[in-house]
Amino acid sequence: MSQIGSFALLLALALSAYSFLGGLLALVMKGAGSARLGETARRAGIASFAVVFLAAVVLVVAAFQNDFSIAYIFHHSNRDLPAPYKFATLWSGQEGSLLFWALLLSAYGLVLRLRYKTDVRLFAHASVIIAAVQVFFLLLLNFAAHPFAVVQGSLPPDGNGLNPLLQYPEMVIHPPMLYLGYVGFTVPFAFALAALIMRYPGEKWIQITRRWTMVTWGFLTCGVFLGAHWAYSVLGWGGYWGWDPVENASLMPWLTGTAFLHSVMMQEKRGMLKTWNMWLIFSTFMLSIFGTFLTRSGVVSSVHAFAQSSIGDWFVAFLVIIFATCLIFYVKNRSHLRTEHKLESLISRESSFLFNNLLLLVACFTVLWGTLFPVLSEWVQGTKVTVGPPFFNRVNVPVALLLLLLTAVGPLLAWRRTSVESLKRNFLWPAIGALVTGVLLVALGMKPWKDVSYFYSLVTIMLSALVAFTVISEFVRGGRVIGRHTGQNLFASMVQLAHRNTRRYGGYIVHFGVIVIMIGFAGAVFNQDKEQEMGFGDKMTIGAYTLVCQSYTQDDNPNYGSEWAVMNVFKGGKQIATLNPERRFYKASQQTSTMVANRSTPQEDLYVVYEGQNLDTGRPIIKVHLNPLVMWIWVGVWIIIAGTVVALIPNAVPVRVPAPARMRAEPVGAGD
Amino acid sequence: MRIAADLLSVHPPSAQTGKGTASSRAVKASPQPRACVGFAKRMLPGALLFRKQREFFLRRGTQLIFLVIALFGLMGAGDQSRVNDLGHRMMCVCGCNQILLECNHVGCAYSDRMRAELIAAVDRGDNDDLTLQGFVQKYGTTVMAAPTKTGFNRVAWIMPYLVLVLGLTMVTLIVRAWRSRPLVLPAGAVAAVHGAELEHFRDQARKDTEI
Repeated sequence: MSQIGSFALLLALALSAYSFLGGLLALVMKGAGSARLGETARRAGIASFAVVFLAAVVLVVAAFQNDFSIAYIFHHSNRDLPAPYKFATLWSGQEGSLLFWALLLSAYGLVLRLRYKTDVRLFAHASVIIAAVQVFFLLLLNFAAHPFAVVQGSLPPDGNGLNPLLQYPEMVIHPPMLYLGYVGFTVPFAFALAALIMRYPGEKWIQITRRWTMVTWGFLTCGVFLGAHWAYSVLGWGGYWGWDPVENASLMPWLTGTAFLHSVMMQEKRGMLKTWNMWLIFSTFMLSIFGTFLTRSGVVSSVHAFAQSSIGDWFVAFLVIIFATCLIFYVKNRSHLRTEHKLESLISRESSFLFNNLLLLVACFTVLWGTLFPVLSEWVQGTKVTVGPPFFNRVNVPVALLLLLLTAVGPLLAWRRTSVESLKRNFLWPAIGALVTGVLLVALGMKPWKDVSYFYSLVTIMLSALVAFTVISEFVRGGRVIGRHTGQNLFASMVQLAHRNTRRYGGYIVHFGVIVIMIGFAGAVFNQDKEQEMGFGDKMTIGAYTLVCQSYTQDDNPNYGSEWAVMNVFKGGKQIATLNPERRFYKASQQTSTMVANRSTPQEDLYVVYEGQNLDTGRPIIKVHLNPLVMWIWVGVWIIIAGTVVALIPNAVPVRVPAPARMRAEPVGAGD
Repeated sequence: MRIAADLLSVHPPSAQTGKGTASSRAVKASPQPRACVGFAKRMLPGALLFRKQREFFLRRGTQLIFLVIALFGLMGAGDQSRVNDLGHRMMCVCGCNQILLECNHVGCAYSDRMRAELIAAVDRGDNDDLTLQGFVQKYGTTVMAAPTKTGFNRVAWIMPYLVLVLGLTMVTLIVRAWRSRPLVLPAGAVAAVHGAELEHFRDQARKDTEI
């Protein structure tokens, strides 16, 4: 089995190397032979997918067959591991996850190479760049992190098992989503670099890149929030984001990718920010690689980090090569990136995008800075310091609030120039709505003067209300106009409106999802928790809830032994639920893990953890968190996904509206 | 506060400096007990005086008990709040990378001990700096959840704001430069329209495309 896998990896390396070198020669060479050479390179790239896929299948089959002669399977699986987790073994360890990365990259490459007729020369350039990235990962897999390395000595009877923290349904979805996001940024990067290298005329490449970026961004968003949900459901500390270096690593390309998705509109509409966009997409790709480096090098300590290994050096070398390549071609062809228009006014959509980009990049810098400061501190002072949640929260919250404000204002600004009267007209009612929301919250007992975190929470909700009102007013205003002409009801008109400009209104839906998430974050200020030893019949009261311990019980299966509490939950004297916080002992890995019991409502989560037993008294310890508004975060993510899908749908043919037009003109203030 | 002020008023006037705090200002404003006693001595018969004095001390005693209970209650709340605050400014050092009070690792060898040490330090009356310093000495600098605001660590806090300010300045300068930049028109393009003529076209376009 391991030999098939090893052979497949070697063959994949050879094919990718051919795809890279052959494709490169075909682009450089002149003459009739170059087209044929280019075609063989393209086909080699397609074949590389089949071979990498074979290698991945071999690894998964080895996991299902309990082939512990393969060291990777021995370390990350065991006989009694449930089938879905055996499948997830593929991305549970360093070598497997690199193979998974190579698989997804070759899959993206496959799609790109099959669609080459869209623009043969541009796609040929992009294919060569993707092949180069493939070569790097396959070199790693063949020579530094071989997933098919065999166990030395006698064959072990059983494996070490999968890390208990990874034995959770979301772990079967979270890493693939995250990797689809990370790896997916290779495609926009390849198109951007290809366009720069060949001094591509026109903006077609940017349209192709934008769609790829949007898909990738959607995957990364899902991946990041699935990770947050997994942390919330499994780690049992009552939170969803701990500013761990690996979480930060996934956030950084997300922030630059978000900046690109906004600023790319300036290039499409106004031919501006060409250099900026080019470097944004370069940076996003480099941050994806940098994130992988952080995870695997052991440079920073993280709960997620794989074991320290020498492959960090490979990533550093790769990053240097990428940066040098981008810089060389930028210097050579920067004259191609001259802007076509000038900025007419400070109060315009263009300047709002500039400030939006600035804030997103400052947030990205802050995350990067905080993540790397321990390394810098050790280098300068000789002592390592921790940069944890207190730092990130304090520094990032003001930036996030400014971004929220821009999210409200930006869409109301027209391209080129916005008159103050128009801004006032569009902004007045949303602003009044936001103020009323703030006053209502204070009247209901929110005290922003109590602590700065309460102040931030109030401002977050007020700004979220502002964004919500602007989004709603945009939909309603446009829907009414369509309704007047078509006679449809408001809802149908709004659907038609969104369908006519999916990118713009899909973007609004994404913004709406973002504010729902922000409201969820704002609820964290009101978190409560309580810890208590609870025997049979003992009670604990937290907020409006009373928990009564009914019993403790145990179970055993081949994979793990478990014990859990049966807790009846009362509210207002009435029983509303029974929760079963659980504690598991995984036999193969000899590790313990908690399974949180969570009663989630839009108002709050009642989050119960069975922490273990007091070693002195032998009594079980139960910790309960009351976390308001957490459900909003997950709902917000669904809204973002819906908005992204809407934005990807092609626009419908516009409805003919009879207008007393004497002349044809470009819309002002309309557009994305 | 009122109870506190009344109680403090049993101290001799010489003990009251009248400076600074609100409570000391309240002391000055409250009736002087010695003067009251002296006035009572002069004006009231012996038994009545004794009863008044007894009532006075009984009332003050009751108030003192309430104050002590309230103070202890508040002290408890303060301690709890301090433990919560300090516990969120430190990390568990077991390697879980979690805030001390949020570490819930089953069988964690550190967090329980560290929490107990924190509570003991707060009970001892150690101030925040002393408590944190004690932890740093025992567990190393990585026990602090965020860089301190001293020495090189200050750079960690300054840099993000500095980048924000520099970025804002740069964007503003870029916007100004762009606004004054001459527009490059492709050869054969129609000349740009300005002023009232442009506004006319804009209005027309807005009307024509109002959806």
